[in-house]
Amino acid sequence: MNFEAIKSIYAFEMARTRRTLVQSVVSPVITTSLYFIVFGAAIGSRMQEVEGVPYGAFIAPGLIMLTLLNQCIGNGSFGIYFPKFTGTIYEILSAPVSMIEIVIGYVGAAATKGLIVGTIILITASLFVDISIKHPLMMILFFVLTAVSFSLFGFMIGIWAKDFEQLNLFPMLIVPPLVFLGGSFYSIDMLPPFWQTVSHFNPVLYLVSGFRWSFYEIADVNPVVSLVTVLGFLVVCLGITAWIFKTGYKLKN
Amino acid sequence: MAPIVSIRNLTKSYASGFKALKGVDLDIEEGEILALLGPNGAGKTTMISIICGIVTPSGGSVTVAGHDILRDYRQTRSIIGLVPQELTLDAFETVWNTVAFSRGLHGCAPDPALIERILRDLSLFDKKDTMLRHLSGGMRRRVLIAKALSYEPKVLFLDEPTAGVDVNLRKDMWLLVEKLRAAGVTIILTTHYIEEAEEIADRIGVINHGEILLVEDKKALMAKLGRKQLTVELGEPVGAIPDTLSPFGLTLGEAGTRLTYEFNTSGERTGISSLLSALSQAGLRVKDISTEQSSLEDIFVELVGEGK
Repeated sequence: MNFEAIKSIYAFEMARTRRTLVQSVVSPVITTSLYFIVFGAAIGSRMQEVEGVPYGAFIAPGLIMLTLLNQCIGNGSFGIYFPKFTGTIYEILSAPVSMIEIVIGYVGAAATKGLIVGTIILITASLFVDISIKHPLMMILFFVLTAVSFSLFGFMIGIWAKDFEQLNLFPMLIVPPLVFLGGSFYSIDMLPPFWQTVSHFNPVLYLVSGFRWSFYEIADVNPVVSLVTVLGFLVVCLGITAWIFKTGYKLKN
Repeated sequence: MAPIVSIRNLTKSYASGFKALKGVDLDIEEGEILALLGPNGAGKTTMISIICGIVTPSGGSVTVAGHDILRDYRQTRSIIGLVPQELTLDAFETVWNTVAFSRGLHGCAPDPALIERILRDLSLFDKKDTMLRHLSGGMRRRVLIAKALSYEPKVLFLDEPTAGVDVNLRKDMWLLVEKLRAAGVTIILTTHYIEEAEEIADRIGVINHGEILLVEDKKALMAKLGRKQLTVELGEPVGAIPDTLSPFGLTLGEAGTRLTYEFNTSGERTGISSLLSALSQAGLRVKDISTEQSSLEDIFVELVGEGK
């Protein structure tokens, strides 16, 4: 194992985060605060509790997930896309590093950054609404697994994307509908039966539901099913990444 | 001694059907400086990229220090340094960080003293905290070299190291190559500048259309193909070359005032002094004398021209 290489890639990526502190940390915090002001304080105060939880508190896990997914996909994809774009990828390809080491370096950094921002959002949320975490270990497990698997998913997008348009496709066009329709802001019990069924095809539902369960013990789907879904997604992403490195897909001619 | 880099029947074809390399065989000896000459698109960069791991070969094999570049990539890539042709650097990094990054990437523990020495050698130390995007082209080239030296490679590939570089930097680069050679580093450089190959290489390889046309010791190559020409300007025109001068195989210019004599510089006797005395015996008045040597450039143009 080339630990120095993992350390170098990780440190390089984290340094990039520090250079873009406003964009990476301040802007998600402001966005989330706006959600809490609008949905939590302004509208939330006029809304009923959802399954015994005040509305502002109910949406907190979903908002954390929304930020976590965007951060992880964004960082994971940009981290590998940028060297591809500038050509500095030559150095990674010609270094004595294995696929696993490259992935640990890039995905580890993207997930770390996602987790840092996610934690900041959690702290911000607790300033606006009362948050309780009934299963802290499960909450951390969901938090970390989601961060890792979606950073890996982002990494794959970064390798696949051939321009900035494709790079932004997932974070801008695909993730928001999945998150908004995945029960981040409502319980799917509120939906007509047909749309409840449709929602079950949305992977984000399982994430948000499992994550929310670790806070308030309320869930749209069984938390075990949620956990298995996240693990399954992680395995699929690992498999595709292994294939990418084996074939050199879009990395090597 | 076994060659440090051994290339056997290396081929590369692209999906478009273009064959960048058509079965290259090449042995590179430890400690030598090999210059690869060839026009654009000859396959120089493709070959280097395969050895370094950036491009996947279609066929054939390459070993570096006895290790296969695909199977034992960790061993080979640890001892190979690459200075790419394009000035590809992360714009927002500092000089020091990018060099330290390269060292770490190659599995070496941090060594600030070594990095400082490399940066000083390349006159980069006062720029160590400068962001790469603020550097000039020549400075970026030096940074790329510093990056490649940061993990002390045994084999160094310099892909067009002096393309678009001013005269001073080119001279510095040549000095650096000499220094590295003294330290036992094997250097393979590609270049358009024949002067460069002539100046610093031990051996010269000529590559065109994905094939190695020739690899030879520079001196042997120059001697073999390097003929010298002596031109004698006469005071008065002559109608024909006098018989007494026939052993020299002279040719007479159109105006009848110019005699040219070809000789081999590697021979023990060039025959110039006997020619000159024969000329005065024949009663010919010599007005001017000049000599001219065919350069590597002529040899190169000739070879590449034949390859077409």
